[in-house]
Amino acid sequence: MFRFFLRRVALTLPTFVALMFVTFVAVRLVPGDPIEARTGERGIAPERLAMLRHELGLDQPVWQQFLHYANGILHGDFGVSIVTKTPILHEFAILFPATLELAFCGLIFAIVLGIPAGVIAAVKRGSIFDHSVMTVALAGYSMPIFWWGLLLIMFMSEYLGLTPVSGRMDLINYYFEPVTGFMLIDSLLSDQEGAFGAAVSHLILPSIVLGTIPLAVIARMTRSSMLEVLSEDYVRTARAKGLSPLRVVGLHALRNALIPVVTVIGLQTGTLLAGAVLTETIFAWPGVGKWLIESISRRDYPALQGGIMLISGIVILVNLIVDLLYVAINPRIRHGG
Amino acid sequence: MADDPVLNAASVPSPASSPATSPASSPADALIETVPPEISPLRAFWSAFSENRGAVLGLAVVVFITLLAIFAPLLALHSPIEQFREHVLLPPVWAGGIWSFPFGTDAVGRDVLSRLIYGARISLGIGLSVMLVSVAVGIVLGLASAFLRGIVEVVVMRVMDLVVAIPSLVLAILVVAVLGPSLTNTIVAVTVVYLPRYVRLVRAAAMAELSKEYVVAAQVAGVGKLRLMFVTVLPNCLAPLIVQAALGISDAILEAAALGFLGLGAQPPTPEWGAMLADSREFIRSAPWIVTLPGLAILVTVVAINLMGDGLRDALDPKLRRS
Repeated sequence: MFRFFLRRVALTLPTFVALMFVTFVAVRLVPGDPIEARTGERGIAPERLAMLRHELGLDQPVWQQFLHYANGILHGDFGVSIVTKTPILHEFAILFPATLELAFCGLIFAIVLGIPAGVIAAVKRGSIFDHSVMTVALAGYSMPIFWWGLLLIMFMSEYLGLTPVSGRMDLINYYFEPVTGFMLIDSLLSDQEGAFGAAVSHLILPSIVLGTIPLAVIARMTRSSMLEVLSEDYVRTARAKGLSPLRVVGLHALRNALIPVVTVIGLQTGTLLAGAVLTETIFAWPGVGKWLIESISRRDYPALQGGIMLISGIVILVNLIVDLLYVAINPRIRHGG
Repeated sequence: MADDPVLNAASVPSPASSPATSPASSPADALIETVPPEISPLRAFWSAFSENRGAVLGLAVVVFITLLAIFAPLLALHSPIEQFREHVLLPPVWAGGIWSFPFGTDAVGRDVLSRLIYGARISLGIGLSVMLVSVAVGIVLGLASAFLRGIVEVVVMRVMDLVVAIPSLVLAILVVAVLGPSLTNTIVAVTVVYLPRYVRLVRAAAMAELSKEYVVAAQVAGVGKLRLMFVTVLPNCLAPLIVQAALGISDAILEAAALGFLGLGAQPPTPEWGAMLADSREFIRSAPWIVTLPGLAILVTVVAINLMGDGLRDALDPKLRRS
């Protein structure tokens, strides 16, 4: 098993190197000289241009530039934003908790609704409930989530006035220094009355929007996995022993049905982070997704490069961890592989 | 293809070697022995497909939207980019609008219905182009890595692993940021994102076929490598590929609309559904129809294609059938 772990980790390394290579090449493919692009129409004196090029290492051969870039990344240096002049890693670290909080709440929403819906649909196969769950799941799976977000804002915020339209916090009424970067925790720590409630109300709509596709995927997966398990012999035995249906489904079937569901949940990280780009743009949520889109419109290529490197790196790492956990949990794979 | 001498010779041992192969998934076999002669494969496929009512409904909607797209110039009441300045933000007919603009007008007085109809052209066009390019490239790369193995396979599959590792929208954003936002670059970006599915699928299907006896028989008969790849093996890998291609169209439409919404796809005044939604954001309060209708168009199209794709899967590939 240890050898499997090592092999799996080793297989991830080339992906990281290739990722560095792709982000490096991509940014150099952007037409135009990065310095001239920055100076704009004012122009720049040739000797100053040469000096800046030397400072940024742009006068070196490309392979040296790549080694320099890769070396920087390995030491946690993802470059400096052209616009804000702060290190990318620093900007990312400030914004990432907002994305993480949103992704976490979206996933909780998807799991809490998706697993019970899938289980009940499987147990009551062919019923109206089953058909409704599958129809809703199909719609959720096909949903353009940016439109779904606008609809929810239109109905819940504008029409019913239940939830705020955008942002993470009601900054007019509450202010506190970020401690953890997670608004739910910080608002509790701040001891300001109502702050936690405000944080929750800001999270509701974005979580629903971000959780919609994972919800559909989890509900479908739970249903089909549950249907498979329910036809197994040991479930029939449990029923024949006279155990209550709740015990059979909840204790015997669900445990085994959840194994593939857990994998699917783990593999949703990429979906969640990609979905965060859209969700954060709609709700003006100050996370890394919105920051990435803004860095494109500001032509902040180091930020784009570093941001994509960091987001993809996190997804690769999480997928690796899910894989390893899966093997650790599921003995059948452990011994087979 | 039934009178292909190689396939005829090759299919003799195949019933024994591949009892699990469905009639529809290996057309050569189907024609020769499994299906009774009076039922054509197309008939057999249709009877399996039409069992699924959702799939038939999906197909009907897809046909309807396709017709809208083809005949857009005849059906649309106005040009999608003509601005009627005297009719700005006109509500739809059912909310007190006028019949010459049935779905109302947008912030610069363009007819929403005409833009939606022309938008069908763009969305279906993107979906189909992405699908065709990625199927073609996927077949070549997938077959090459299954047949040639070695360094070709390692390089192709590692590159695909990398593409899969980057979240789809983030990768599409990177491609568009490099190439610049436009409709063509949207197609390129979405194709890059969805290519690995096809490559992996074709490679896996081809490798499964390679060990079967009809392939060995064809090799013994002296069939060349290219013929073996494209004529002997490929037709037997088509069923899962067709299913994936159908479902891939809807994913491509969604992804392209997301790019359009972010301002990285089709540029104004192109009547692309995602871009229309992006323009509508300021009018959530005052003109809800501009927000509602383009999204509804995307949702209906994507749901219809997914329903159709599920039906295709059940009909073509019983092994993948959902329980």
